[in-house]
Amino acid sequence: MDDVLSFVFLMFAATLRVATPLVLCAMGGLFSEKSGIVDVGLEGKMLMAAFFAAATAAVTGSAWLGVAAAIVAAEAMALLHGFACITWRGNQVVSGVAINILAAGLTVVLGAAWFARGGQTPALESEQRLMPLFFPRAGDSILVYVALASVPLTWWIIERTRFGLRLRAVGEMPLAVDAAGISVAWLRYRAVLLCGLFAGLAGAYLSIAQNAGFSRDMTAGQGFIALAAIIFGKWRPFPAFGACLIFGLLDAVAIRLQGVEMPGMGEVPVQLIQALPYLLTMFLLAGFIGRAVAPKAAGVPYEKEH
Amino acid sequence: MSAPRRPLPAWAEIAALPLINIALAFVTVGIIVRIIGVDPFHALRFLVLGAIGSSEAIGYTLYYTTNFIFTGLAVAVAFHAGLFNIGGEGQAYIGGLGCGLAILAFDHFLPAWAMIPLAIAAATLFGAAWAAVPAWLQAWRGSHIVITTIMFNFVASALMVYLMVNVLIAPGSMTPQSRNFTASGKLPSMQEVLAAVGIQVAPSALNLSIVLAVFCCVGVWVFLWHTPWGYELRTMGHNPEAAVYAGTSIKRTTMLAMCLSGALAGFVGVNELMGVHQRIVLDFPAGYGFAGIAVALMGRSHPLGIVLAALLFGALQQGGAELAFEIPAITREMVVVIQGLIILFSGALAHLPRPWLQWMLALFASPRSGEVPAKRAEGS
Amino acid sequence: MTAIPAIELQGIQKSFGNVHAVRGVSLRIEKGAITGIVGENGAGKSTLMSILYGLYHADAGEIRVEGRAVRMENPRDAIAQGIGMVHQHFMLVGTFTVLENLVLGAEGGALLAGGLAAARAELARLAREYGLAVDPDALVADLSVGEQQRVEILKVLFRGARILILDEPSAVLTPQETDQLFRILATLRERGVTVVLITHKLREIMAATDHVYVMRQGQIVADRRTADTSPEELAELMVGRKVLMQLDKAPKRPGDVLLQADHLTLVDERGVRLLDDVGLELRAGEIVGIAGVSGNGQTELLQVLSGIRAPTGGRLVVRGRTIDPHHPTDPAEMRDLGVAHVPEDRLRQGMVAAFQAAETSILGYQEEPPFCRHYLMDGPAVGAHCAVLMERFDVRPRAPGLRSSSFSGGNQQKLVLAREMAREPKVLLVGQPTRGVDIGAIEFIHRELLKSRDQGCAVLVISVELDEILALADRILVMFAGRIVGEVPAGRADERTLGLMMAGAAPALSEVEGP
Repeated sequence: MDDVLSFVFLMFAATLRVATPLVLCAMGGLFSEKSGIVDVGLEGKMLMAAFFAAATAAVTGSAWLGVAAAIVAAEAMALLHGFACITWRGNQVVSGVAINILAAGLTVVLGAAWFARGGQTPALESEQRLMPLFFPRAGDSILVYVALASVPLTWWIIERTRFGLRLRAVGEMPLAVDAAGISVAWLRYRAVLLCGLFAGLAGAYLSIAQNAGFSRDMTAGQGFIALAAIIFGKWRPFPAFGACLIFGLLDAVAIRLQGVEMPGMGEVPVQLIQALPYLLTMFLLAGFIGRAVAPKAAGVPYEKEH
Repeated sequence: MSAPRRPLPAWAEIAALPLINIALAFVTVGIIVRIIGVDPFHALRFLVLGAIGSSEAIGYTLYYTTNFIFTGLAVAVAFHAGLFNIGGEGQAYIGGLGCGLAILAFDHFLPAWAMIPLAIAAATLFGAAWAAVPAWLQAWRGSHIVITTIMFNFVASALMVYLMVNVLIAPGSMTPQSRNFTASGKLPSMQEVLAAVGIQVAPSALNLSIVLAVFCCVGVWVFLWHTPWGYELRTMGHNPEAAVYAGTSIKRTTMLAMCLSGALAGFVGVNELMGVHQRIVLDFPAGYGFAGIAVALMGRSHPLGIVLAALLFGALQQGGAELAFEIPAITREMVVVIQGLIILFSGALAHLPRPWLQWMLALFASPRSGEVPAKRAEGS
Repeated sequence: MTAIPAIELQGIQKSFGNVHAVRGVSLRIEKGAITGIVGENGAGKSTLMSILYGLYHADAGEIRVEGRAVRMENPRDAIAQGIGMVHQHFMLVGTFTVLENLVLGAEGGALLAGGLAAARAELARLAREYGLAVDPDALVADLSVGEQQRVEILKVLFRGARILILDEPSAVLTPQETDQLFRILATLRERGVTVVLITHKLREIMAATDHVYVMRQGQIVADRRTADTSPEELAELMVGRKVLMQLDKAPKRPGDVLLQADHLTLVDERGVRLLDDVGLELRAGEIVGIAGVSGNGQTELLQVLSGIRAPTGGRLVVRGRTIDPHHPTDPAEMRDLGVAHVPEDRLRQGMVAAFQAAETSILGYQEEPPFCRHYLMDGPAVGAHCAVLMERFDVRPRAPGLRSSSFSGGNQQKLVLAREMAREPKVLLVGQPTRGVDIGAIEFIHRELLKSRDQGCAVLVISVELDEILALADRILVMFAGRIVGEVPAGRADERTLGLMMAGAAPALSEVEGP
C-alpha cells in the first residue's frame, strides 16, 4: 500500500514538474489568443527566457536576478511580436515562426560567444537555482506553486475584471471596442505583455528550477504543446490547465515505460511515447472530441474599416 | 494608421521593398555580431568570400540553393492556396525516407536510368503523403493546418529516429544510418556532368538535382498561372467563397495544394540522399523546411523571386559555414539568426519600410498620370 | 430657427486619397427634432456622420455641439459630448450578453461586479422610459435583428447620449419593425432627444423626419422642412435629374419552364429550416422577382439554385436534370446546364479582388475553351474576352489588366453581369443586382436584365429593394422565414400588401385578388 501511495505521489509530482512550464506558457498564450493575437512564438519566448535566466544566474549568482532577466528577455520578444502584429498588422503566424527561429539561433550564438561551451551555460550550483520548497524529491520549486496559482488568477482576470471584459471583446469584435472609444492596440499590447511575463517565468523554470542550466533547444517543443493545450481547453483557463496536466502525465508515463515490456506488444518504442502528445493533439484537432471555437478575431490584424 | 494602404509602383513592390527588408535584417545581424565582439565588416568579407570565392564554394552555395528552392516552392504553392505549410521539415524528411526505401529495395536490380526516376517518384509520393494528412484534417475536419503541420514535424522526427535505429540501420554500424546505396542509386554530381562536356570545376556537393530544381520552378510557374487548377488554387487562396462560386471543391484543392507542396519538399530528400550522402541519414532536413518560409516570403511566392531568394540563402549557408570556421566566436547558428530575421523583416514586418518609400517616391515623383480613381465606397 | 442647434457643422472637408467624400458641408441639426440626411450610395452621408462621431478626422471645417466648438479626436470625445451612434452594421459582441455589451467601455470600475449591477438597474430604467424592452441576460447572438438594434440604441442612451445618429437603421428590418423603430424615435423626440437619421429611403424621410438635408457627391444640395417637400422632389435632388420610377417594359411572353423547384427544403446543423417547402418555376422570357427583407432565406435559395449547396429535401429540375439530396450538383455542372449566377455579394463571391479584371472575367469558366485548351490556359484569349465584355457592358476603365478591386462598385457589378450574361444562359439567377451601384449603372443593369428576358432567358431577381422588384419583375414572389408566402403578378402588386407579406403578417394568402 505504501508503495502504491509512494508511486502515485511520485507520478503526481512528476506530472506537475513537467506540466509547470506548459501551464505558465498556456496561461500567457491565453491572454494573447483571447485578445485576437495568435501566438505560435511561445516556444521562442520560453527559450530566450531560459537562456537569459541561466546566463544571468551563472554570472550574478542570483536565481532571482535570473528570473528577472528571463522576464525581460521574453517581454522583448513579446514586444517584437506585438510591434509586428499590432502596429504593423503583419501576419501573426509568420511573426511567431520568426521569433522561434530567431530565438533558436540567438540563444546558441550568444551562449557560445559568452560561455564558449557550444551553446550551453555553465552548470548552476544550488544557490543559483530555485530549489524545491517542501518535497525535495518532488522538485516543487516556488515556480510550481506560481504556475498553479496562475490558473485561477488568469480566470479571474479574464472573467471578473474590466480589462478581461475588454480583452474578450477585442478578440471577438474589435470594431465594437474601437467604437466604444477604447484603444484596440493598447489592449492587445497589454495582452501580449502578459503573455511575455508568463512565458518568461516558464523559461526561467526550465533552466534554473527544473534543470541546472541552459542547453540548446531545451524547450523541445513544449511551447507548441502549450499552444495545443490552449486549443484543447477551448481557450479557457481551467480546461487548458487540465490539458497541460494530461500532457505532463503522458510525459511522466513515457519515462517510466522506457524499457518496459507491455503484454502482447513487446517493448513500447520510446519514440512512440515521445510522439504521443503530438499525435494526441492531432486526434483532438481532428474534432473527434468536440469542437473548439477560437476567438472570432484571432489572427486577423485590425484595421479601421469604414 | 487609419489611411488605406496604397500600393507602390510595381518596381518598388517587387524589388525595392524586398531589398530594404533584407537590408534591415542584415543591419540587425551586424549589430548582433558587434555585440559579441566581432567586427561586422570583417565578418561580412569572410561571408562573401566563403560563399563565392572559389569554384568549390560556388558549388556548395548552389547545392544549398537547390534545397532552398525546393522548400521555397513548397511553401509558396501552399501560400497561393491560402495555406501556411510549416511542415516542410517533416515532408522533406519523409520524402527522403521514400527515396531511400525505393533505392534500398531496388538498387541491386535496376540500372541508374531506371532507379533514379523511381526514387524521385517515391520521394515526391512520400512527401505528398506526409502533407496529405494535415491537409485532410484541414479540409474535412477544419483542423488548423499550422498546428497540424507543426505537430507532424515532430512526429516525422520521432518516426525517423525509430526507423533508423531499429529497422534500417546498416548491419554493424555504430551510427544510425542505412547501408550505402549502390552506384545506380547515385545522382551524378555536377562536377562529373560538366567534366563530361569539357568544363572543369572543383568537386562539391552540387549534383544534378539543381536541374530538377529548375524544372520544378518552371513546372510550378506553368501550373499556377497557366492551368485551370492553378487558377482555382489561387482563387481559393484569395477568396474561398469565390472559389466555391466558381465550382471549385475547397477540399480537393486543399489536398492538391498540400500534396504538391509536400512533393516539392520531398525533393530535398533526393538532393541529400541520392546526391550527397548515398545512404539514409538522420537530420538531413536541417532547417531547410523553415528556411523555405523565408525564401517564399522574400521571393513573394513567385518562382523567379524564389530562385533569387534561394541563391541568397544558399550563399548565406555556405558563407556562414566558412565564417564559423574562420572566426571561432561566430557559430553556425548565426545563419539561423539571419534566417529568423529575414522571416521577420520580409514576413511580419514587410510593410515597415512602406511609409519611407512612399515619402521618398513623393519627393521624386512627377504629377500623377493615369492613376485610376479608387473605387466608390459603398453605403457612405 | 433661432434656438441653438444641437449640432452645427461648418465647411467640413474629407478626402480619402483622391476620393473627395465630403466637400464643404455645412448644416444645423435642431435640438429635439428628427433630422434626416438623405442621399444615394456614395453621397458621403456615412462619412460625414463618422466625422461627427470621431471615427474619422475632417481635413477641414468646424464642429459645434450646443454652440461650443469641439474637436472630435475619437468616439470618446463624441460620447463625452452626448453624441451616440447606432451603426448600420451592429457593433455588438455576439458571445456577450446584452448587459455585457451595454457596459463595454463604461464598466464603472476595474472590477465588473459593481458595474454590472448598476448597469442592470439603469437598463431597467431606460427600458421603462423609452419603451425598449430587452432581456439583459440574453446572448446577443441569439437575438433577432430588431432586438439587436434596440440593444444598440440602449447602448448609446446608457452613455447619456442626447443626440442619436442612426445610420441606415431600417436596412435589415421588416416594414413592421421599421414602424416600431420610428415609434421609438418619436418617443425619443418627446423626451427631448435629438435624432439624426441617415437613409437612402425616401419613404422613411417623409414618414419620420421633421427636417431633411439632401446630399449628393459629398455636398449638401438641399435643405427642406419635410412637410414642405415630396418624395419626387427629394429623388430629383438626390440624383440631379428627373428619375424615371418606372422602366419601359415590353409585355412578357413566357415560354417553357426552364427551372422547376418543388418542396425545396434546407435545414442546417442546428435544425433551423433555412428553406421551407419552397416551390417556384422559371419560364423563358419572364422575370421572376423575389422580394423580402434580407435574411429570410433568399441567400440560401440562391445557393441551392446555383448548386453551391445541396437541399436537404425536395428537388430541382433544370433542363431535364433532377437535383435532389441524393443527386447533388455543383456550380460547375449548373453552369454546364446553362444556369448563370450573379451573386449577392460580388466582392465576396463573384470576384477575386486581387486578380486582374481579365482573370475575374472568366471566374467559373476557367476550364472552358477558348480560355483553356489541353489543360493549358490561353492568356491572350482571356484578355481578349475581357475586352469584349468591357466594351459591351461599358465597364470603365477599359483595362483588362487592372486589379479588379480598383474598379468602382457599379463597374464591378457590370463586369460580373457581363461575364454571366455573355454565356447566353438559359437561366439567369441574380442576387441584389444593384447593391452599392450608382444610379447610372443601375439603369444600365436593369435594361440589360430586361434585354435578357426579352431574348428568352428565364431570369430570377432577388432584391431587398422593393422598387427594383416592382420595376423589373413580371411575377413577384415574397419570401419570409424561408418560405414563399405570396405570389403576385406585377400588375396587381402594391407595397402595403407586399410589406405585410414580407413581415409574415398576411395569413395564408397565396394569391392576392384571385388569379
